[in-house]
Amino acid sequence: MIQIIDQALDPWAEIQHYQHSQPQMDGQFGATAIFVGTMRDFNQGDNVSSLFLEYYPLMTEKQLAMIETQARQQWSVLDILMIHRVGEILPNQPIVLVAVWSIHRHDSLEACRFLIDSLKTQAPFWKQERLPSNQYRWVNP
Amino acid sequence: MTIQVRYFASLKQQLGRDQDHIDLDTPLTAADIWQQLHPQLPIPSNLLVAINLEYATWSSLVKDQDELAFFPPVTGG
Repeated sequence: MIQIIDQALDPWAEIQHYQHSQPQMDGQFGATAIFVGTMRDFNQGDNVSSLFLEYYPLMTEKQLAMIETQARQQWSVLDILMIHRVGEILPNQPIVLVAVWSIHRHDSLEACRFLIDSLKTQAPFWKQERLPSNQYRWVNP
Repeated sequence: MTIQVRYFASLKQQLGRDQDHIDLDTPLTAADIWQQLHPQLPIPSNLLVAINLEYATWSSLVKDQDELAFFPPVTGG
């Protein structure tokens, strides 16, 4: 499942909730690989007060769906959950969650790495940082 | 025919708007459309192109009713 949300993300609650909502996975998975990306309060040598995440509605979802399809083609995974924040984000708040369930660890670990790496280069999100001076700057990849 | 051209992130800020519309008589490439809309502005070297929500190239043809988008490299995650 893919979600883009503009409210606080609690990745641990989301994982639990999603897993409980998929009873067909009960007893089937032996491995869950999880990546959580969290906002730092520093970047490129400067303190950062907050982040604004912009995205391209519909294209972002489409790219994430393509990435998910590619992961399912390459590895034997039972399910995938990807949630990404947009809007204003404060330090210490989670930005992105990628969770992958599989029978054995190799598939979920490899697929999870592929998903977050691909998301970072293909999904149209853009970060703008607000510095303590109230200056704004776009983040470069 | 009318094409919607969308801008995002730093490009949107630089141009001061998030979209343009352009009437075309025949299909043109993404680069041709950029040059028609921004004759004074050379194509930024790292700018990306999407047509109908999928990545495209500067030589991709844009047709009637297509949605064209220009944006800088992505920085999610």
